[in-house]
Amino acid sequence: MGTVADSRVTANLLLFADSRLPAGGHAHSGGVERAVAAGAVRDMPTLEGFLRGRLATAGAQSAAIAAYACRSANDDPAPAFTCWHLLDAEVSARMSSPAQRSASRAQGRALLRVLVACWPDSVPVGLGDRPHHAVALGVGVGLAGGSPYAAALVAASASVSSPASAALRLMGFNPVEVTALIADLAEDIDRCAEAATHASDTGGPELLPSPTGLMLDVLAEDHARSEVKLFAS
Amino acid sequence: MHREGDGSEGLDRFSLLVGASGRSAPRRSLRVGIGGPVGSGKTALVAALCRALGRDLSIVVVTNDIYTTEDADFLRAAGILSTERIAAVQTGCCPHTAVRDDIAANLEAVEALEAQHVPDLVLVESGGDNLTLTFSRGLVDCQLFVIDVSGGDKVPRKGGPGVTASDLLVVNKTDLAPLVGADLGVMARDAARMRGDRPVVFTDLRADPQAGPVTRWVRNRLGQPTDSMER
Repeated sequence: MGTVADSRVTANLLLFADSRLPAGGHAHSGGVERAVAAGAVRDMPTLEGFLRGRLATAGAQSAAIAAYACRSANDDPAPAFTCWHLLDAEVSARMSSPAQRSASRAQGRALLRVLVACWPDSVPVGLGDRPHHAVALGVGVGLAGGSPYAAALVAASASVSSPASAALRLMGFNPVEVTALIADLAEDIDRCAEAATHASDTGGPELLPSPTGLMLDVLAEDHARSEVKLFAS
Repeated sequence: MHREGDGSEGLDRFSLLVGASGRSAPRRSLRVGIGGPVGSGKTALVAALCRALGRDLSIVVVTNDIYTTEDADFLRAAGILSTERIAAVQTGCCPHTAVRDDIAANLEAVEALEAQHVPDLVLVESGGDNLTLTFSRGLVDCQLFVIDVSGGDKVPRKGGPGVTASDLLVVNKTDLAPLVGADLGVMARDAARMRGDRPVVFTDLRADPQAGPVTRWVRNRLGQPTDSMER
């Protein structure tokens, strides 16, 4: 496996790594709210376990999808309408939980609002108006001049930083300790992004990896059925 | 191929640019933000507005508060608003963020209700918090801020964007003033000093369950005559 890391990072690219990006992410816990309610995440060691699990499953999957979408966005000639539909269907097929698919599309649409505002003429029409989040993210990184690896890295990183932030808000963890935990995971995030970039270079979306996290599906469905929720997922 | 309502007809860029301000298409509804601290009476004010205006106007409500079936029952029980006209938005423990910094989920909820009900009036109720709240102009056309007398008569002079910059400041629960030793005159004077020309109204929703002064203000914003409709 050769190196795919870039030396070129643009300011536009940093938009996607900023938690203040107004694309709805702040209200999604990635399963942490229900894990906290169930007592599965209760302290820093259990949070670390959750984040490692999430990186290896949902993180690896969204990283590969984002890398694929980024590559497609930069393809010349531009992919046909049906290529985006096929990718969309393949992403849906990798999410067995309807609640997960719904959360993914809600975040994808919110991100699409940002992309349309930033690059009004460049967002591929074939995305539709409710794309999956990882697809919109990959396209966005592509429009920002980033590489498939950059897209994978942003996706993999968000797959742990977003639930970590939710856990912090729910449990009152020390924010500096949570940041140190994510720094601890950094090499794994890098490796995840690198592997996802290679896995995405397949030719067709049907060959994208599908490292399903069954527990995340269960948590997502439980969350959707809960009466009181502070996070959207 | 089975699809999940994912917009397979393609992206309509214009629809995504439609916000409360800026490059927007003509919109029928007036979007009003209702903010204020916990317990100041935001939900009661929503109920009052629905009671007063619901007969001749189509109204929908988006709430950013922790929304339980009890809350839905409160609005439904009084025949004020049917459940399908209310949408709850989860704010991820950050109620300010959801109406100010990152309005995506609220816009989705507002647009979905607008598409379904074609309302005249959209009320967006913030999650209860403190005096620092302000709504994004990308989400609402105007905003009112509700404080209550029992929080003490010093609240208006403390300021904060809710008190100083809202389009209407509502001082609620005036019936409690003698019980908590609050001076309404002081509150009125301080509010005027902090707000300049922006209006302030005093309400007691127990004695005036249709929130007359607020209802008149909303009708005025809707461009409706305000002299004859209230009972």
